[in-house]
Amino acid sequence: MSEFRMPSLGADMEAGTLTRWLVGEGDTVHRGDIIAVVETVKGAIDVEVFEDGRVEKLLVEPGTEVPVGTPLARIRSEGEPAAAPAVQETQAARPRAAAPGGAAVATRRRVSPAARRRARELGVDAEALEGEGPVTVADVERAAGSGPARAVPPGGMRAAIAAAMSRSKREIPHYYLQTSVDMGAALERLAAWNAERPVPERLLPAVLLLRAAARAAARYPEMNGWYRDGAHAPSAAVHAGMATALRGGGLVAPALHDADGRPLPELMRALADLVSRARTGRLRSSEMADPTITVTSLGEQGVESVLPVIFPPQVAIVGFGSIVERPWVVAGKVVPRPVVRVSLAADHRVSDGHRGARFLAGIGRLLENPEEP
Amino acid sequence: MNQESLRKLVLETLGRIAPDADPAALDPAVNVRDQIDFDSMDFYNFAVALHEKLGVEIPESDYPRLSSIDGCVRYLQEKIDGRVAG
Repeated sequence: MSEFRMPSLGADMEAGTLTRWLVGEGDTVHRGDIIAVVETVKGAIDVEVFEDGRVEKLLVEPGTEVPVGTPLARIRSEGEPAAAPAVQETQAARPRAAAPGGAAVATRRRVSPAARRRARELGVDAEALEGEGPVTVADVERAAGSGPARAVPPGGMRAAIAAAMSRSKREIPHYYLQTSVDMGAALERLAAWNAERPVPERLLPAVLLLRAAARAAARYPEMNGWYRDGAHAPSAAVHAGMATALRGGGLVAPALHDADGRPLPELMRALADLVSRARTGRLRSSEMADPTITVTSLGEQGVESVLPVIFPPQVAIVGFGSIVERPWVVAGKVVPRPVVRVSLAADHRVSDGHRGARFLAGIGRLLENPEEP
Repeated sequence: MNQESLRKLVLETLGRIAPDADPAALDPAVNVRDQIDFDSMDFYNFAVALHEKLGVEIPESDYPRLSSIDGCVRYLQEKIDGRVAG
């Protein structure tokens, strides 16, 4: 028997509200299944179970806010003897909250992060609204009978970001390094690849940048992992937190798992899917819990350089500016080249500028000598 | 598929990617990215969805034609007509 607990979805989370069960007592679950939805200041998160078994007992009613670590359900492993008959009776008598498997997932309605915030302000049950596609702010306001949309300040999320970044600046002795990288070869290869392929197989420059940072992180363990209990705990896997701006304000940095090892086309699909789910309020608990390094790209705004703040308990963050055409010296001649500014903020408790410089140079080499997609 | 149903499809697709934006309230003649937060990853997801729903090939060099809702509808109509004719 094991307990399924309220997960910690980031260092800044203290409590969460169980919004909905997607399984009922007696249902069989498999490792990786999404079995509950938890509301946090970062929006609704789909929570996965980490073992195979059967749901013995649901311990927390939907709508209840509980601290991180609180048992939410009891799960009996495969092969483990059934519990007392009383539980079996309860199970038989109690109407199922949801059909087993994916049926419940398919029927409940998604709610965008901004709509969820607005719903909370107006006291609307956003997931219960009828219609197609994700619930929007306009849907919520219609349901509440309130006036036209206005800017909704993301109060809870802003407070959570403030808490995490204050802790970072208070506890982590940051050092910063920057370098410029010629993206010419990488972009030529990208254009050639994209020209021959249909839309879904094309790559964006963002995935090249992400991939280079992840591959370099795999070689420099001081940049990858967490600082916990006074020591660095390096991670063997590279789960790159993708800093993603949300429409209507706010920021999440969910993990793109194993970003160093997957083929580029697969990584591109995973990245597009992750960003899309972050913006429509459909992230999973494992993505919130385990980034080992963060990558932030402010290129869309035309900004050339970013000096980012580390997300605790991580120990490094890599920033990319816009790819811009700049004078560049090639074989003694000044030529225009597409150039990106790469920056690193890293934790001095774990590494020094010397290692940081090698890591940053490693990212540069990977970008200037592009791999086959 | 006529212009009206194409427009509906384009708005629905935008709405799915940017549910907070209320696509119906956008000026259809103006670049979407000048009106709402819509970055290259959103645009990628938008282009993939149109490609998958309509089965049309969209070369990267044609991406600028998809920047406004009106432009998008015109472009897709041409593509569909061309495919039927061809």
